Amino acid sequence: MISANLSAIFYLISGILFILALRGLSSPDTSRQGNYFGVIGMVIAIAVTFLSIGNFSTSIIYVFLLLIFGGAVGSFIAFRIPMTAMPELVAGFHSLVGLAAVFVAIAAFLNPSAFNLGSIGDIKLASLIEMSIGAAVGAITFSGSIIAFLKLRGIMSGAPITFAGQHYLNLILGITIFVLIFYLCKSQSETFFWTVIAISFLVGVLLIIPIGGADMPVVISMLNSYSGWAAAGIGFTLENTALIITGALVGSSGAILSYIMCKAMNRSFISVILGGFGADNSSSATKDKQDQKPVKSGNAEDAAFLMKNASSVIIVPGYGMAVAQAQHALREMVDKLKKNDIKVTYAIHPVAGRMPGHMNVLLAEANVPYDEVFELEDINNDFANSDVAFVIGANDVTNPVAKTDPKSPIFGMPVLDVEKCKSVLFVKRSLSPGYAGIDNELFYRDNTLMLFADAKKMTEDIVKNLD
Amino acid sequence: MEIDPFIFRLSIFILSIFIGYYVVWSVTPSLHTPLMSVTNAISSVIIVGAIIAALAGSPNNIFDISSIFGFLAIVLAAVNIFGGFLVTQRMLQMYKKKKNNKK
Repeated sequence: MISANLSAIFYLISGILFILALRGLSSPDTSRQGNYFGVIGMVIAIAVTFLSIGNFSTSIIYVFLLLIFGGAVGSFIAFRIPMTAMPELVAGFHSLVGLAAVFVAIAAFLNPSAFNLGSIGDIKLASLIEMSIGAAVGAITFSGSIIAFLKLRGIMSGAPITFAGQHYLNLILGITIFVLIFYLCKSQSETFFWTVIAISFLVGVLLIIPIGGADMPVVISMLNSYSGWAAAGIGFTLENTALIITGALVGSSGAILSYIMCKAMNRSFISVILGGFGADNSSSATKDKQDQKPVKSGNAEDAAFLMKNASSVIIVPGYGMAVAQAQHALREMVDKLKKNDIKVTYAIHPVAGRMPGHMNVLLAEANVPYDEVFELEDINNDFANSDVAFVIGANDVTNPVAKTDPKSPIFGMPVLDVEKCKSVLFVKRSLSPGYAGIDNELFYRDNTLMLFADAKKMTEDIVKNLD
Repeated sequence: MEIDPFIFRLSIFILSIFIGYYVVWSVTPSLHTPLMSVTNAISSVIIVGAIIAALAGSPNNIFDISSIFGFLAIVLAAVNIFGGFLVTQRMLQMYKKKKNNKK
């Protein structure tokens, strides 16, 4: 049994270790050390919690059993999950944080004396507000993440689901939550508490269903942020500094990532939240027109020939590479090119993939050195001086329309200037438009050679032809 | 006049948001995915609330309704803690391998 003051100091230490954990991620070299800081912080927080309770009943056995059980499940998932499925995994994990926040809030509401918050029917006003906000945000995080998970997993269509009056409904439900919390504080009635949670679950679903597949990087970051705010809300209820610090860190982290993602798509946060992107068919007219334009298509042999005679190649990977699991074949291809003294670099658009940094992880998995991988602003000027751009599984992020056509839905979005390369190799299964639902002008350029095939198969064929 | 302890917690909260803001902007974009998985893991420090709730049952009824919610939250948070830190480690390990290969 340790004093409340001492445990507060330990919670502060664990909060500081969490800050260092994030700080470590400023470079790959310090990142692993940072992760260990995070683990130590977590161990301290859990150990101090046990010590501060002191009088253990038999229930501690069950606590440990469940800890081990949950830990085993988590470890199993962590080791088995393929890197391509990281977005789903993160969405799934967010939902667990959200639900855990809801459960802790419920436990605190049903047994306030265990947390020194007063007694049933007479919970301290501030605590009641904090726990209902924590529960509401947690519930929104949970159901929102479940929808995001289902969309990413492909169990649910990625197409936006919209209906008339959707935004008004959300607004009304949001106001209802606040009104109910107000009455909950006045009456301490259980019914209001459960209703707040139920409506919040509904709001979470309604918030995410109108958001289309292309906006998933924003959604995941946003839910990341919510899970932080939920944790902070619970932290205020429990008067626990470790939780408050962590909640604030995670909340601002998710918010910054959402901002970066929105900026990379030149879309306002509000318009992403309102959703419906990728559903409009306004561009179909221009599409019909362009369909008649000639497209040059080639095979693996042509591609291998072009690259063999190049002196510099820039690879532009996108989500299609992840879907086709082509990253290892790609790395093999690059190794062959490098043997022929061809300079190869990778260009990554911030929203390539389904979550921030997704492409970087996949390339890291395929043993691509991280100093060959460049972000958009660092490499965009190099396209003009390069011989071949190899676009594999990316589409909208290369579309020159974003620079030229003010009517295009993606106008103003920063794109990779692949068309400035002497030649562009575009691996794609068909001419179908990308997630934004618009045609890519690049397909019809004179210097573009379309390689119609599965990304992995095509890359493997090119490897064979490079010998 | 005494200052309400809530104000102290609010101060910690707001200062932490600022720390988070500056720390996260310094994270290199190539590590944004590990950033998300590690924030996931650390936000599961909510397990401290779950443990308190789970251990609060009376000795003759350790499974009252409130502690059951505590037990459930322990499982969820434990999945997240182990899963989050391990998958982050797995990813960061891949960033190391190449460095060694290059040397």
